[in-house]
Amino acid sequence: MLLIDCPWCGERDQTEFSAHGEAHIARPQNTAELSDEEWGDYVFFRKNIKGIHYERWVHDFGCRRWFNAIRDTASDQIFATYKPSDAVPDITAADKASES
Amino acid sequence: MKPYSLFSLLRNSVAYHQNWQQAWRSPEPQKHYDIVIIGGGGHGLATAYYLAKECGIRNVAVLEKGWIGGGNTGRNTTIVRSNYLLDESAGIYEHSMKLWEGLSQDLNFNVMFSQRGLLHLAHSVHDMQEIGRRGNAIHLNGIDSEFLTPAQIKEMVPLINLDCRYPIMGGLLQRRGGTARHDAVAWGYARAADALGVDIIQNCHVEGFDIQQNEVKAIRTSRGTITADKVGCVVAGHSSVLAEMAGFRLPLESVPLQALVSEPVKPVLDCVIMSNGIHVYVSQSDKGELVVGAGSDAYNSYSQRGSFDQIEHVVGPLVELFPIFSRLRMLRQWGGIVDVTVDRSPILSKTPVNNLFFNCGWGTGGFKCTPGSGHLFAHSLASGDMHPKAAPFSINRFNTGALVDEGAAAAVAH
Repeated sequence: MLLIDCPWCGERDQTEFSAHGEAHIARPQNTAELSDEEWGDYVFFRKNIKGIHYERWVHDFGCRRWFNAIRDTASDQIFATYKPSDAVPDITAADKASES
Repeated sequence: MKPYSLFSLLRNSVAYHQNWQQAWRSPEPQKHYDIVIIGGGGHGLATAYYLAKECGIRNVAVLEKGWIGGGNTGRNTTIVRSNYLLDESAGIYEHSMKLWEGLSQDLNFNVMFSQRGLLHLAHSVHDMQEIGRRGNAIHLNGIDSEFLTPAQIKEMVPLINLDCRYPIMGGLLQRRGGTARHDAVAWGYARAADALGVDIIQNCHVEGFDIQQNEVKAIRTSRGTITADKVGCVVAGHSSVLAEMAGFRLPLESVPLQALVSEPVKPVLDCVIMSNGIHVYVSQSDKGELVVGAGSDAYNSYSQRGSFDQIEHVVGPLVELFPIFSRLRMLRQWGGIVDVTVDRSPILSKTPVNNLFFNCGWGTGGFKCTPGSGHLFAHSLASGDMHPKAAPFSINRFNTGALVDEGAAAAVAH
């Protein structure tokens, strides 16, 4: 069970949240010109990374607001959570500390 | 390899079981193989076995990061069925079911395949409509399926509580469904493949590919570089990690899926019970343990640890259906990493890299298709073109839109 630090509400139990996959995927601007190949890649293909994962969460049973998290999918350790409007935090230092 | 028989059992019994031969060799990897299979789980070993047995390609290696039987092959809930809705799914899963039906004899290894029947429960009007549609579709594909009334269900499973919080309104039964011993499937395929000349190389971790002119030439491993004419990747939850090494992405997300077993008790349940509506599935192993499958976590993870709330979500419905089980203690709980596609159907496909094939995306229900997946993947690797039964499961479907959107796989049974 994860303890997740909602940037709006503070630390809450994971069961209050739902995860919505990879973050920072922008919908293409030129949708009328996209090929099937490009549409498929945008809709279905993901990094599915083993390691540092930037992902989206919603605090469904709390404030119901979206935010992003940076989590190591190999250990489930969460390095940072941040609002969608925030700059992406630099977690290099935290990442190195956890590896040592 | 000396075949197992009643005679060999008697002979080894009087010799205090000291003289059983090793089930498979542990060879050093050669410099080159015609085909290298990455991943020594059931699907990978089955692929190697059918390559050697049916395709006449015996210069084959199976590379396994850990040990045989140590991955998801040994972590599932051992359920076998072929009651899928869509024609493409019926084709591949029923192909597998037919191979299961002769597997112990074929491998000379008792995989304890038990067609004890698989009963899918319906708890609402919607559930009844779902099993009505699916049961008839299965029937039209020539696969056995029967509708049961609550009274027939009670007669078949006397312990069941029909009048639970979401009362049971009916059921869909596949009598040919059941269970098999998962470890034995891995061991049986490994032993039979080894006997045909396949090299099974354990503790061999793949670190990268040598790709020249968009064609895979060699595999860099923890035990040296191995060249190969063709490479098949069958690594379940870690498929995306290998695809990244080869320079492309897959339409997969890896999540933990949990299961748990109870203390062993005398026989109480002689079929597999599944319910999508209240989300539980349970069977009793030949050892007497209840094998209970939980849901998968809703976030990506490679941690091999599921969250506790998923256990609560499966144990609640279990004791609703079978109040008598509330007194049982659970002995073990574990998680495996499954690679889930958006349409809940597998991927057996060529990839953007020539001569590199992937067999993945089996998600939460790959065990049942171990023989079928291996068989079709072997024929596809050998010919260089996907077998007609595997062709609908190409990776291209995520770009063309021809998804195999299999609702019968999406919910609960594995």
